This record gives sequence, structure tokens and C-alpha cells, in this order.
Amino acid sequence: MEKDVVISIAHVRKSFGEKVILADFNLNIYKEENVVVLGKSGSGKSVLIKCIIGLLKPDSGQIIVLESDVTILSDDDLNEVRSKVGFLFQGNALYDSMTVRENLEFPLRRHWLDISEHEVDTLVKEALENVGLAHTTDMMPEELSGGMLKRVALARTMILKPEIILYDEPTTGLDPVTAREIDQLILNLQKKYHTSSIIISHDMNCVRNIADRVVLLLDGKCYADGTYDSLEHSGDKKINQFFES
Amino acid sequence: MIPDTVIVFKNRHLYTEDIASPQPQVYNLIKKYMALLTGTSDFFDETGSITKFTGRFFSHGVKPKYELKEIVAQCYLIGYKSLPLVGLTGFIMGLVLTMQLRPSLVGYGVESQLPVMVGIAIVREIGPVITALIFAGKIGSSIGAELGSMKVTEQIDAMEVSGTNPIKYLVATRVIATTLMLPVLTILGDSISMLGAYIGVNINSVTSLQFFFNQVFHSIGYSDVLPAVIKTVFFGFAVGIIGCYKGFNSSKGTRGVGNSANSAVVLASVLIFVIDLLAVQFTNLLGLN
Repeated sequence: MEKDVVISIAHVRKSFGEKVILADFNLNIYKEENVVVLGKSGSGKSVLIKCIIGLLKPDSGQIIVLESDVTILSDDDLNEVRSKVGFLFQGNALYDSMTVRENLEFPLRRHWLDISEHEVDTLVKEALENVGLAHTTDMMPEELSGGMLKRVALARTMILKPEIILYDEPTTGLDPVTAREIDQLILNLQKKYHTSSIIISHDMNCVRNIADRVVLLLDGKCYADGTYDSLEHSGDKKINQFFES
Repeated sequence: MIPDTVIVFKNRHLYTEDIASPQPQVYNLIKKYMALLTGTSDFFDETGSITKFTGRFFSHGVKPKYELKEIVAQCYLIGYKSLPLVGLTGFIMGLVLTMQLRPSLVGYGVESQLPVMVGIAIVREIGPVITALIFAGKIGSSIGAELGSMKVTEQIDAMEVSGTNPIKYLVATRVIATTLMLPVLTILGDSISMLGAYIGVNINSVTSLQFFFNQVFHSIGYSDVLPAVIKTVFFGFAVGIIGCYKGFNSSKGTRGVGNSANSAVVLASVLIFVIDLLAVQFTNLLGLN
């Protein structure tokens, strides 16, 4: 039996001025699936996930996220969809004027307006315990290491228990050991909360560890779509260059 | 096939080099005129973008539900935290102005008019404009750098993903705070300036505090105070909106954030003088001068 589609991207085109970034891009993401999007730097991977979350509006095409077309939603309806979609930014994007606790509380209080103080405390504690950083509650982001920042950002992403998570290069800039820990954390959280994910990555170890399916974004289109092994042994020159290292 | 392509490419490349070399002067001339034209069009582009950004502030930022907690926090940071600087500069301004004016007035034999002159100059013009310029330097740059830094580190995007309208949460709160706080700071700054002026008067002669302030208040009316305070509302709005606009449009990198802070101060300062010019014309038209 085929799984439910949680994200459906159809004929999406996005350009900045004369430069076409996405040209007729199509992709379906299924429930509880981890899809890694590979592509060269500047190929439009981050643009793609920003279109999915509604931070950028495509020029044309349809992006259905959890049965809502995010390209035509009103601000309020878009926020409703966003409460079910987590986004882990490449640079973590933690608010540097707030403590770790305040960073985690922010999406909670914004999306769930009638949440009680007790519920906030419980969810913040649970989110930080999930990433093994319960002791950092009152610390400022500047006091944390790169790996810890990534974990806190992941905790903030997971705190609303989203159905879908978009990861923008989750292991970039981390040492191999910490990168493996983050990979494992992503997998553990996915198993625990049954989330579907799109992961943008250049880190082939991360791709091998996490991906159920790998999509290659080339020239603004979905050039290849398959499992890690099938793409690794595809024999296609353009695909192979990503697996040669 | 492949070697042919390479040869064709090489030939084209050589041809391009050959024809490009005899024409540098023509190119430079065209470049020069284009730069002039582009400079003009940049000015209109920038004005259009600021107008559009201000439109977004009015369409999103001033609609309920208000971010009251954040507005109060910004009023504290923008207003209260600027008070020592505004107070110190105001005090020095009053003192120096008095000391500079004194010799001229002594020459004309109207030394007794010193409090009147200083009072009118501070309340009508120097107080509001200097306070606004100090405010633009401190707050405009701080807003530009803070929002610029948030923009390049994707914190503004993160806020949007968290279901928060950044125009409402970041821009509206700061612009409302600058608009409310600058008139208050100006009134306080003017008062401290008067104190400085009183000390300035007393350096060369002995004048009682009561006599000094009697003379000052006798010469100042509502038509002096109200237009001066009202124009600071516009000064405050300009500092806030320009700081936010520059921050939101910051380019990446440390230089981008630095440029945002710097251009926020420069543009806000120019706007303060433009608004001042318009305000004086307007008060003249109303016969308030």
C-alpha cells in the first residue's frame, strides 16, 4: 500500500531577475520518509525548501503541504501550516538576544496562543532532554559550541512536534564526530515523532546515514530520484560526480 | 567535433580581445554616463523601496493585535537607555551656546537678554535637531545593525516560520518606540540644556535660578514649544523606519551589516534636516513663527 503524500511539488518555477533557479521542478514526499536533496552550491536547494515553508513565493507551480497549497494561502492559514512544519536553518538562526529557554518558548507562544506556563515548561524540558542539553536552559546562544547550537536549533524545530521537518544542511561546519551525532539525533527524533523530512546536504556520510530516498537537483529540475545505492551505481556522469570522493 | 569547438571558442576570444583594445576611451565614457544615470535611478529606486517599506509598516504593523510587551521593552531600550547621552549632550550644548553667545550680546549691550535668546534657540531649533541627530546616531545605527545581523543570520526568517510577522514584531515595535520616545527625550534634553545654560550664565555673572527661568519662560510660548515637539514625532518616525529599512535590506557579511548601520545614520540625519526644513515652512504658513 502506498503511503500518504505529505508534500507535493508540481511544476514549480522560481527565478531571481533573469536567473532561473527552479525550472519545472516536481517532487512528492511521503509520510515518514527522509528525502535528501543533493545539488551543487547555488543550484536552488535552499530556495526549494524556502518555497515549501512559504518564505519565498514561486513564480508558478503548486506546492501542496499537508493538503494545503502554500503558494495561495493567506498569512493566517500559512501560519497554521507552518505550525506543523519545522525548519532547521543552516546557521541555526537562534535569536541571539534570547536565552535557550526563550528561543524554545518563542514558537510555542506564537503558534499556540492559549498554552499554559506549565505546558511551556514541560515542552521546553522535553525538547532539551531529547537533544541531551537539559542543562543549557538559561544559557545564551553565544555561550554554546557549534554542535550544541545545532542541537538547540533542532530542539526548537522539534518543540511543536511537527509532521514535516525541513533541514537546511544540518551537518555543515561540524566536525565528523558531531556530524554523526546530529545524524543519529535526526534519525532518533524521526522514529520517535514519525516525521517526514527533506534534508539538504552536501555531506555524503549524512546522506548515506539518513536518506530513504535521494533527489538530485540539477539545472532547476529533478534530475534523478532513487535510493542512495541506486544513484551511487547509476553510471550517469552527472550523478557520479556527487558520489566520488 | 570537440577540437573544432575549442578552436572556434579560441578564435572568438581572440577576436573579442582585438576589437576591445582600441576602444577604452569610448567604453570609459559610456561607463561614466551610465554611472551618472544609474546614480539617479538608484536614488529613485531607494525612495520607492523606502515608501513601499513604510506602506508595509502601516498595512501590517499598526493593525491589532499589538505587540505591547515588545513595544514597552523597546521604549525602555530606545528611550530610557538613551537618556544619559541625550542629557549629557544637552547640558554641554546649553553651556557652550551660552558661553558663545555672551560676548556678542555684551558687545550690543543686551547681555540681560541672554536667557531669552538661549531659551528660544534651544526650544525651537537646536534642542530638537541636536537631540534627533544624537538619537539617529545611537538608535538608528543600533536598529540598522541589529536587524541587519538578524537578517543575515536568518533570524528574521526563523521568526516568520515561528508564525510571527517580522514587520509587526520587529519593525512596528521599534518605529512606535522611536516615534514616542524622541519627543520625550527632546523635552528632557531641552530642560537639561537650560540647566547648562543657567550654569553658563553664572560663570560670568551671578543670576538666580528663579530669575533665569522667569526670563526664559516669559519669552517662550506654546507656539514655540508645540511645533518643536510635533516635529520630533516625525524625526523619531524617520529614525525608526530608516533604521528598520536598512536592517531589513542588509546584504550578507560583516561589511553588509556595517553598511546598514552606517547608511541608516546618514539617511536618517539627512531626513531630519529635510523634515526640519518642511516643518519651518509649515509653521511659517500657519503664522506660528
